[in-house]
Amino acid sequence: MHKDLLGLQQMSAEEIGLILDTAVPMKEILGRQIKKVPTLRGRTVVNVFYEPSTRTRTSFELAAKYLSADTVSITAAASSVVKGESLKDTASTICAMGADVVVLRHPMAGAAALLARQVPAAVINAGDGAHEHPSQALLDLFTVRERMGRLAGLTVAIIGDILHSRVARSDIWGFITMGATVRLCGPATMLPPGIAATGAVVCRSMEEALTGADVVIMLRIQLERQQQGLFPGVREYARLFGLDEKRLALARPGALVMHPGPINRGVEISPEVADGVQSVINEQVTNGVAVRMAILYLLAGGGKDE
Amino acid sequence: MKQKAQILDKDGIRRALIRIAHEIIERNKGTDNLALIGIRRRGVPLAARLAERIKEIEGSAVPVGTLDITLYRDDLTTLAQQPLVHRTEVSFPVTEKKIVLVDDVIYTGRTIRAALDAIMDLGRPQLIQLAALIDRGHRELPIRADYVGKNVPTSRREVVSVRLEEIDGEERVLILEKD
Repeated sequence: MHKDLLGLQQMSAEEIGLILDTAVPMKEILGRQIKKVPTLRGRTVVNVFYEPSTRTRTSFELAAKYLSADTVSITAAASSVVKGESLKDTASTICAMGADVVVLRHPMAGAAALLARQVPAAVINAGDGAHEHPSQALLDLFTVRERMGRLAGLTVAIIGDILHSRVARSDIWGFITMGATVRLCGPATMLPPGIAATGAVVCRSMEEALTGADVVIMLRIQLERQQQGLFPGVREYARLFGLDEKRLALARPGALVMHPGPINRGVEISPEVADGVQSVINEQVTNGVAVRMAILYLLAGGGKDE
Repeated sequence: MKQKAQILDKDGIRRALIRIAHEIIERNKGTDNLALIGIRRRGVPLAARLAERIKEIEGSAVPVGTLDITLYRDDLTTLAQQPLVHRTEVSFPVTEKKIVLVDDVIYTGRTIRAALDAIMDLGRPQLIQLAALIDRGHRELPIRADYVGKNVPTSRREVVSVRLEEIDGEERVLILEKD
């Protein structure tokens, strides 16, 4: 296991499998009355978030606490970052206080990798610009594998604003490495040119993307993108690219409906589908804590290599 | 590693388990509130076999759980590589039960210490007893087994290898020596 978790692009199927396998017993702990094991007692996990987050940050905090680690969360907007302190100085200050793990969310691609080279602590990328969001993709992989029993040979459709989505990129690399077929669909203004080089199939229509799919991952449309002229309106987006029951019926019976959250009800996903039997959106959140516990255990629990 | 001696064969293991099953029922005056928890890996098939023997003797089914103690180990910070974690499956409530922990070998006692902590996190049992197929001595903590298949004095350079059908495809207990 590497010192850090930076992205899915460079991870092998074995490394991904190890994290997913480790998340299985972690999930069992979440079902207990006493949601605590002593494994990371005395370790310190610091969340450094330069962008707002409820889900990811809380999920990492709880994962650390369930493993008995100590946690601290730093929001850049309320820290010395506003005084102009650099990322490197922020991180070395935290490491000098004894942090063993730094969980970083930053608006610039490559920020986590940069940090990993400079600090002795383990660095976990919680989202770097539009580049990668590895723990989200890992929990998506875990959810599908748990429900479907496998990943290889499945067809996964990822729908929405692929251009700005770090979740989409990590999902693409992760699912393809584990042997699934990935289809992409979205407004033409939101499909990056050259994305097919990853091995994903760019589909021209929702029908093409959804027909026979085993898993449908809907991405949140950021309403700000409307101001940038990337799509004409919320109603038109919902009509052309939203997932409703009629479109879901094109996928395989029992296909999973997933979404990284938070959802825009009635925009990219209809309320009926979001709350329907095929939706595993809430399970994704639970699995997210288990997967993050697995990541923390694998990165932070061991001794130093001699 | 070279093989030094075989201390139990297939029949030896079978007879030891029958005797331990009788002792468990005798000491606990029956099977009320009794439950067995096998410690991964080899404690698990041993616990299952003990439950079968108990069923044959007393006619009642005793619940069996499996416990993975990896997350409770006291030596994780000394290992370079994180050990693999497996599932703990205890589907019955632990509170008020008489739990018999089952493991293949008891040595320093640290695995049992970890198992005790793990069980306490699951509930408040009425009591916890320990059944070990082999006690090889060299305890580093004040922990003892209530039921022992065989006491085998060993040196620290030796390894006690319990082979079971379910995991190793054969049935015997060997003493091996590190080179």
